[in-house]
Amino acid sequence: MLDKVVRALTSLGRSVTDRIWRLGFASRFFLAVFLYSGTAFRRFHLTIREIYFTGVLSLIIILVSGLFVGMVLGLQGYDTLQRYGSSEALGILVALSLVRELGPVVAALLFASRAGSAITAEIGLMKATEQLSAMEMMAVNPIARVVAPRFWAGVISMPLLAALFSALGVFGGYLIGVQFIGVDEGSFWSQMQASVDFRQDIVNGVIKSFVFGVLVSWIAVFEGYDAEPTAEGVSGATTRTVVTSSLAILAADFVLTAFMFRGI
Amino acid sequence: MSAEPLVKVSNLNFTYDRRPVLTGINMEIHRGQVVAIMGSSGCGKTTTMRLIGGQLRPTSGSVSIGGQVVHELDNDGLYQLRRRMGMLFQFGALFTDMSVFDNVAFQMREHTDLPESLIHDLVLMKLHAVGLRGVHQLMPSELSGGMARRVALARAIALDPLVMMYDEPFAGLDPISLSVVGQLIRTLNDALGGCSIVVTHDVQESLKIVDYVYFVSAGKIVAEGTPAEIKKSTTPYVHQFVWGEADGPVPFHYPAPPYGASLLQEVVRA
Repeated sequence: MLDKVVRALTSLGRSVTDRIWRLGFASRFFLAVFLYSGTAFRRFHLTIREIYFTGVLSLIIILVSGLFVGMVLGLQGYDTLQRYGSSEALGILVALSLVRELGPVVAALLFASRAGSAITAEIGLMKATEQLSAMEMMAVNPIARVVAPRFWAGVISMPLLAALFSALGVFGGYLIGVQFIGVDEGSFWSQMQASVDFRQDIVNGVIKSFVFGVLVSWIAVFEGYDAEPTAEGVSGATTRTVVTSSLAILAADFVLTAFMFRGI
Repeated sequence: MSAEPLVKVSNLNFTYDRRPVLTGINMEIHRGQVVAIMGSSGCGKTTTMRLIGGQLRPTSGSVSIGGQVVHELDNDGLYQLRRRMGMLFQFGALFTDMSVFDNVAFQMREHTDLPESLIHDLVLMKLHAVGLRGVHQLMPSELSGGMARRVALARAIALDPLVMMYDEPFAGLDPISLSVVGQLIRTLNDALGGCSIVVTHDVQESLKIVDYVYFVSAGKIVAEGTPAEIKKSTTPYVHQFVWGEADGPVPFHYPAPPYGASLLQEVVRA
């Protein structure tokens, strides 16, 4: 009986210390990525190439999702607003929801599943097939050559993708609200223009998406680099990237929103 | 043969997870030599090579290359040293997102400021040396296993290394590729003027091309000598290994409780 209790406590203790150890390792890895980022900027074509793979190739899913989210917002928003006779405020509702919340958050969630998982799988497989070891033996630091360009590509792409998501969303809201339902076009745009504040809404949205970009890219490159070099290990790491980054995005969103919009 | 060995392994010990992997390894490899490290799977051959390449740190003892002690070097020093080393990985480890040409050009572009026209010529020369100039535009996924190994060899010799290391270069190759890779190891070693370390368990092929053999078993060197001496060796382990006998000092059976007791044991269902 006592044996069982001791064993259970030991395994609980081990799992806690393992997690803390891994968090420490992830933090040191994050610092190392910063430290060895010189190559990613000096030879910017390496980062541009990754921006193409993570950013440009994510465009389709981001743009289509943004359009549909905006269209749904148009439908739902109109349905609620017209009950209070303020359907002209549809432009404000669509724009604020997108710029402040949905743009950065949904774009980041989509980015984590589309690009984050791909980055983890690629780095994990490079490790499993000894490509990272080979690079080290050729006196080339894999963190500088492989990890840092992918990390910065994610950080740079994320705010741009979120902005495009929001823009397409606003257009989707316009299509449904103005063209389909018949809300007055003048008030749709003018109210939106008058109520969306550049500093308070747009800049805060960009800051959010930048933070999400850092989080998703960090988790993705770390999980890939730390993956067990087997098929099972890489598949587990890919899943962890999507799950951990999604949770991190939502938690960070709450914290950021609490700081950014508490006075409103 | 010069008096000072190019690679010197002195009383090398390596422990992983409190389990001794290598104990008291001593080796001397001189310029011009091709040396094989042989032994059954899991005996510590690849670990020895990783210690020589500085990918692992020894628990005690040292490896020195050209007079420099590998584990005492800082990161920059180690990378400087690695520019004079080449390593062929078991499955080639070619970069799958780059063409054959870019794979071979990788180190030249990373470490030198050579103009692209010169890199072009050098890459074709390296590929010509391994007989694969014709595939420079292909991607690694379009190559056979033997071809990938040869391209990886061309990549490893890109900067004319002094010390070449081969991790199981013969594993999984057809007889023709096997012989080609074996000959390449020998000719490249003689052309580069350095030394080569071949980690392998392919006895017949390696005895044809190497100058000296170290036999490793359970993390210790159990025998060493020239191929002729090894073939004649009466050491039971070496004899079993060279002639591929099923039973001997390396038992056929993995340690287990007595056979009868295992059969009579009650089956416990989870």
